Formats: sequence, C-alpha cells, structure tokens
Amino acid sequence: MATIAAVIASTHHPFYLRASTATGEDRPPFADEWVAKIEAFRETLTRGRPDVLVMVGSDHFHQLWLDNMPQFLIGKAPFYDANYYNEEREFGLPRMGLHGDEELSAHLLRGGIDAGFDLAFSNELRVDHSITCPIITLRPQADLPIVPVYTNIFAPPMPQPRRFVELGKTIRALVEAWPSDKRVAIIGTGHLSLELGGPRQFGPHGPDPEFDRKAVEWIASSDLDAALAEVSLDSLWLPGNATHGFMDFMLMMGVAGENVKADYADSLDLFHTMEAYFTWYPKDSR
Amino acid sequence: MSKYLVDKFLYTIDRDPELVERYRQDPRGTVDWWEAERANLILNCPAAERSTWLRFTDAEREALATHDYVALFELGAHNFLTLTLFIGLFERDYAEPLGFQREYAARLGHWTVPYPDIST
Repeated sequence: MATIAAVIASTHHPFYLRASTATGEDRPPFADEWVAKIEAFRETLTRGRPDVLVMVGSDHFHQLWLDNMPQFLIGKAPFYDANYYNEEREFGLPRMGLHGDEELSAHLLRGGIDAGFDLAFSNELRVDHSITCPIITLRPQADLPIVPVYTNIFAPPMPQPRRFVELGKTIRALVEAWPSDKRVAIIGTGHLSLELGGPRQFGPHGPDPEFDRKAVEWIASSDLDAALAEVSLDSLWLPGNATHGFMDFMLMMGVAGENVKADYADSLDLFHTMEAYFTWYPKDSR
Repeated sequence: MSKYLVDKFLYTIDRDPELVERYRQDPRGTVDWWEAERANLILNCPAAERSTWLRFTDAEREALATHDYVALFELGAHNFLTLTLFIGLFERDYAEPLGFQREYAARLGHWTVPYPDIST
C-alpha cells in the first residue's frame, strides 16, 4: 500500500514569488524573514521524500464558473497547465505545467464516490495559484506528479465545514489503501481570516487577528471539536469576507487526524493576511 | 436583480486582456455592447444555443457603466470578481504599492458585517 510521506497545510499567498525575488528598492522589508520561513517549511516536505503530491486547493473563478459549479472536484489528467493571465497580471505568476498521476486520480475518484462523495471530475483542468503557490513554496522544481482536488470555498451555497473534514478523512484513508509502493504527500492550502473586495482588505494584518490566533491553535493541534464548535458557514463571514478558505484547512485537519499535533507549525504576521505553515508526519513513515 | 449576470460580466471581462482595456477606456460602451452581444452566451455552448432571458437591472447597468465598485459591492456582486477586475483596471494609476486597494477599502469604510449577500 502507498505510504503517506507528509501531510501539509499552508496558506497560499500569491505575492510570495514577487516578494521573494524582488531586489533593491523593490524588495519589501519582510521578504528575508518570509523566505527563511518558507525555506524551513520546504524542508519538511523534502524530508518526507514524496513521489506524488495530492494538492487540495480552490479554483478562483478561472475554469469553474457559476453556470456549472462543482462543490468538490478531482482532476484526472496526464498534465495540468497552470496559472492564468489575471494571475500573471496581478501577482507576476509565470505559466507553469505539472504532470498528473492519473492512476491515483482514478483511485480517489472511485473510492471517494463509493464513500458517499459524489465527486465531480475534470479530464482537462488548468490549475491556478491555489495549486501553484504551494508548488512554488514547497517544491519549486515542480518535478512531481500531482492530483488536484478542488473545493468550493468561494461561491455560495458551499458545503458545510463538517463535509470538508469528512472529505479530508476519506482522502487520507483512500491514499493509505492505494495499492502502490509510492510515497504520497497530501498538501492543502487555504486561508486564515481574509478580506477581499471589502472595507477590511489589505490592512497591516489579517482582518481578524483573534480568529487567526485561535485558528492557528486549532490547526496545530488538529482540534476538530473546537473548530467545528465555533465555525459555521455563517460565522466565517465575520472574520473577513473571504475566510471560507479556512475550510480547506479544516479538510487538512481531517487528513492529519483528529487531535494529532502537528510536527511542525510556524506562522508569519504579514500585511493583508497571517501566513501559517503546518506539517504532520505519520508515525510509521518518519 | 441579476447578480449572476453582473458576476458574469466581471468574470468574462477580467479574463480577456483586450476587454479589460476596452472596459477601462469606454465603460458605458463596453457594458452596452456586452449586454447586447455577450450576456446571453452560455460559456460552454455554441452561440446558437444561447440563453434568451438575461439582462441587467438599471442600477446594475449604471454601476458597471460608471466603474462604481462601491455600488457593485452594495448590489451583492461577488467581492473577489469585483476586486480582481478593478485592480487590473486601476492599480496602474497609483504610485504607492497597494494604493488603489487601500482606497477601495476606505471607500467601503462605512460598511460593517453583515455585508450584502453575494449568493447567486
């Protein structure tokens, strides 16, 4: 059976590439500290020696649109082109390409549907910065095949937070049951408190530092009881109008396992959002 | 109210560099053209299989025709779509990094939660 090489949950800040490569006057004062934290975080994936990456993220109204919006979708393709014109325009992200692992895609689709998730699938998916930002931060050589898993954290009506957790648990169980000798890292990115297109956007910190403090504690200890007790589809509007991306962190807590403390946890208070980085190593694969 | 159609306008303009420039230069003309020619195209269907029923309300049309992102917020346009397109339109006019984004926030400063519903 496949081995889980690492479980990684992270924010995905699209400005990292530009900040980390800027020089001279263009280099922001926080860039060096940010780069140091990312390089330490990257090492946690490298240590897991993965062969394939399951990448949990969300399409930001690029390929998926309101005339046909899936709640959960898994890509099944041999290759994924990546990044879009408006991401190049706003964030300076380059066009990229990632190979796919169709066998693992097929396994997750079949097993996920049989486990009660009526998953959508895509045989031609152009992924966006929710997938490429963690590639840039965690595996910049972009040399491993991926299986993209997209969640709807953007367009109401969305699935309940509990459903994200359950999908995470299901993905974990399915990867562990995959008849393969490969080492699989499961990586998911979301947000802490975040405001986009509202009065609290682009402040000196995330819009709700108190939510961020609690959220980091929940994730670091994978305290699903506490997170599920406080978080609902309605409550997530309050810390910031784009905070439903936290549900992808909840999915990753489901992957990590209930009350399993992260082996690595770090955060960085930045303008606009708080960055947060977590890694779990399954006990039998350390 | 046709929030969906406002979102469709923002989405289809934002993904096309030529339309972004056209909307920047001539917002009212672009909105009128788009409503007449593009509003009813189903994105994954041939043009002959278009819809027949989509049109803006007067308030929506006016908000789009005047680049009024505060009005769009108040009409329930999707916050991410509005922000992304308007950064593409106007960030270039501001000398300070994030200058446009911060002005955008300030112009919405009279709002506290709950914000207008973005559900479609």
